[in-house]
Amino acid sequence: MASEIRMDDSSYQKTEQLTGAEIIMRCLHEENVEFVFGYPGGAVLHIYDALFKQNKFKHILVRHEQAAVHAADAYSRATGRVGVALVTSGPGATNAVTGIATAYMDSIPLVVISGQVPTAAIGMDAFQEVDMVGVTRPCVKHNFLVKDARDLATTMKKAFYIAASGRPGPVVVDVPKDITADIAEFAYPKTIEMRSYTPVLKGHSGQIKKAVKLLLEAKRPMIYTGGGLVLGDAAPELVKLAKTLGFPVTNTLMGLGGYPATDPQYVGMLGMHGTYEANNAMQNCDVLLAVGARFDDRVVGNPDHFLSVPRTIIHIDVDPSSISKRVKVDVPIVGHVQSVVAEMNELLAAETKRPDANALKQWWAQIDQWRSKKTADYRLDKDIIKPQQVIEKLWQVTKGDAFVTSDVGQHQMWAAQYYKFDKPRRWINSGGLGTMGVGLPYAMGCQLAFPDAQVACVTGEGSIQMNIQELSTCKQFNLPIKIILLNNRYLGMVRQWQEFFYNNRYSESYMESLPDFVKMAESYGHVGMNIERPEDVEGSLHEAFAMKDRLVFMNFVTDQKENVFPMVPNGKGLSEMILGDEPGADAAQSEGEG
Amino acid sequence: MKHIISLLMENEAGALSRVAGLFSARGYNIESLTVAPTEDETLSRMTIVTSGSDDVIEQIIKQLNKLVDVVKVLDLNDGRFIERELMLVKVKATGPLREEMKRISDIFRGRIIDVADGSYTIELTGSGSKLDAFLEALDRTVILETVRTGASGIGRGDRILKV
Repeated sequence: MASEIRMDDSSYQKTEQLTGAEIIMRCLHEENVEFVFGYPGGAVLHIYDALFKQNKFKHILVRHEQAAVHAADAYSRATGRVGVALVTSGPGATNAVTGIATAYMDSIPLVVISGQVPTAAIGMDAFQEVDMVGVTRPCVKHNFLVKDARDLATTMKKAFYIAASGRPGPVVVDVPKDITADIAEFAYPKTIEMRSYTPVLKGHSGQIKKAVKLLLEAKRPMIYTGGGLVLGDAAPELVKLAKTLGFPVTNTLMGLGGYPATDPQYVGMLGMHGTYEANNAMQNCDVLLAVGARFDDRVVGNPDHFLSVPRTIIHIDVDPSSISKRVKVDVPIVGHVQSVVAEMNELLAAETKRPDANALKQWWAQIDQWRSKKTADYRLDKDIIKPQQVIEKLWQVTKGDAFVTSDVGQHQMWAAQYYKFDKPRRWINSGGLGTMGVGLPYAMGCQLAFPDAQVACVTGEGSIQMNIQELSTCKQFNLPIKIILLNNRYLGMVRQWQEFFYNNRYSESYMESLPDFVKMAESYGHVGMNIERPEDVEGSLHEAFAMKDRLVFMNFVTDQKENVFPMVPNGKGLSEMILGDEPGADAAQSEGEG
Repeated sequence: MKHIISLLMENEAGALSRVAGLFSARGYNIESLTVAPTEDETLSRMTIVTSGSDDVIEQIIKQLNKLVDVVKVLDLNDGRFIERELMLVKVKATGPLREEMKRISDIFRGRIIDVADGSYTIELTGSGSKLDAFLEALDRTVILETVRTGASGIGRGDRILKV
């Protein structure tokens, strides 16, 4: 990328002659990287040798490259900083791809350094060669193949800059082995400017004024926030806005914690498994303020059904392409959510007008009526552990202050529904790609970033086995994670869809030949617990969280037949939910897949 | 509706594949795509002919702008512009066809740039529809081979796409 990089002498430190591998180390030091998650191999041996000679950051040796990227991803989600992973060429690189795609879908800033075969061997089908730049192109924000050691420092600087700015995302830097041995002058640019990449940060003030006017005139307002609010660190600004206006707020799966779940203005998560009140308020509002959310298929269901009711939509997002993609909006505001919402607060502070109190009162009365349906209620059983019960107790035992990571499936939805997140960056899950196997490496990333925090990994017996090898990493680095396995002996979400839409044909969704999880945990050097009785749930959680320096693997044997409700069937509208007390298959026709 | 989109991008290895990949990954139509460096060798200029509803075109422009290597994007259909495409057609030129091919080529202001015993190669420049019209005017059986460059476009007057 040519020409416009600002490299005036003043922005450079004193120059030195270093190998490419040493340059990479120095770049990571300059970026104040704390952890590099990685796995060595042939193409990165020079890099690992340079890594051996430094002690500014800690290398976390995972047991599979996918977990390295997930852990770096969670470190970023929990801290807001750029996560860093290091993998070798070929299989190391392809193993990292699921992690990269997961981060890409949720806009998580990562720099992934992959080794590559020597420049002269590229294209020769060399041992452990794969076209990493080609393979990752559709699932990165940007990627680079470094062809000259002299470009290494600038490329690394660009990688960190691109990953973290604008709509964040993963950036891959592919480095051939010979480049890591070549010697070049090291100089790390302090700032960088790229003519082809200039993210818009400040929102258009005319549009912001228009938005505030609309909000003040709303009779049935609704605030809907997503992962962008969390990533943009705009939760305090949003709380202030919502409090000034007295409007109801819903969060997406990715946005949980963006608004405190225990606040009375919070109406719960929306979407496919959202609350009755959130989905109905979303459907029936007259002015909708969307902040860092993207109206995806799991959130608004069928867009035509959503748009069949007239409402005015204001949409704040840092990425112009997220606006009017699935749902046409009326007032688009491109900008950093924090700065835009702060500007709205300033306008409101200077404004004496307030929303129509009567209209708002009526709207809240309507919402409270929806709320009174209490669709989150479930029936406790005296013999079988209900999964919802485990999450509720987890919330109580951890005083609502844990980092909760999850895998993907029913347990993920229950964790999202029943753990009340009051703070952003506490709920760590794969929302976009829906990657099974993220839970344990996600917990590793959180625990490393916050060694004294309570970290719970809510998982299923399907998901946990997709990265189970990381129990070994947890032992090596003494990570006292609490694994909350909701073991229903089924791929629960698959089973649920098969029950509703495939006439109970449970095709390949039963998990047979499960290991003895307690013995397995013990063999890795951890503590294992089997919990089979409902009355033991709370006590066992207390016991586990009291073991502050041990990983505890808690195998909760739960109800096999429990389903996640409410549910908006695929392709249906937000207000067409199946509720828990209705026979699901009646309301939902078998039309869905994926 | 058909749109012609012009863009300037960093002249980097792999830049073309980022654009082509974007179109296939998001299911956008691509009728033709041409690319070559500009007078500033750090930049490439690309012309993409695509079609879609206004919403789709809006997304295409936004997604192109999002590519880190893309410097500027212009939908030529937003204003007045000129479209040109080059086509080479090899046609049968035997017996009475020799005269007829020459005549049709002249009507379309084509140039015969290669003459062989049984064939002519005609060079023709114009908008895509003019080239289509030329092919329509020929009997299918006389066409031996065609090659088209895909459209290039430029704004009229002071509509300038430059960094």
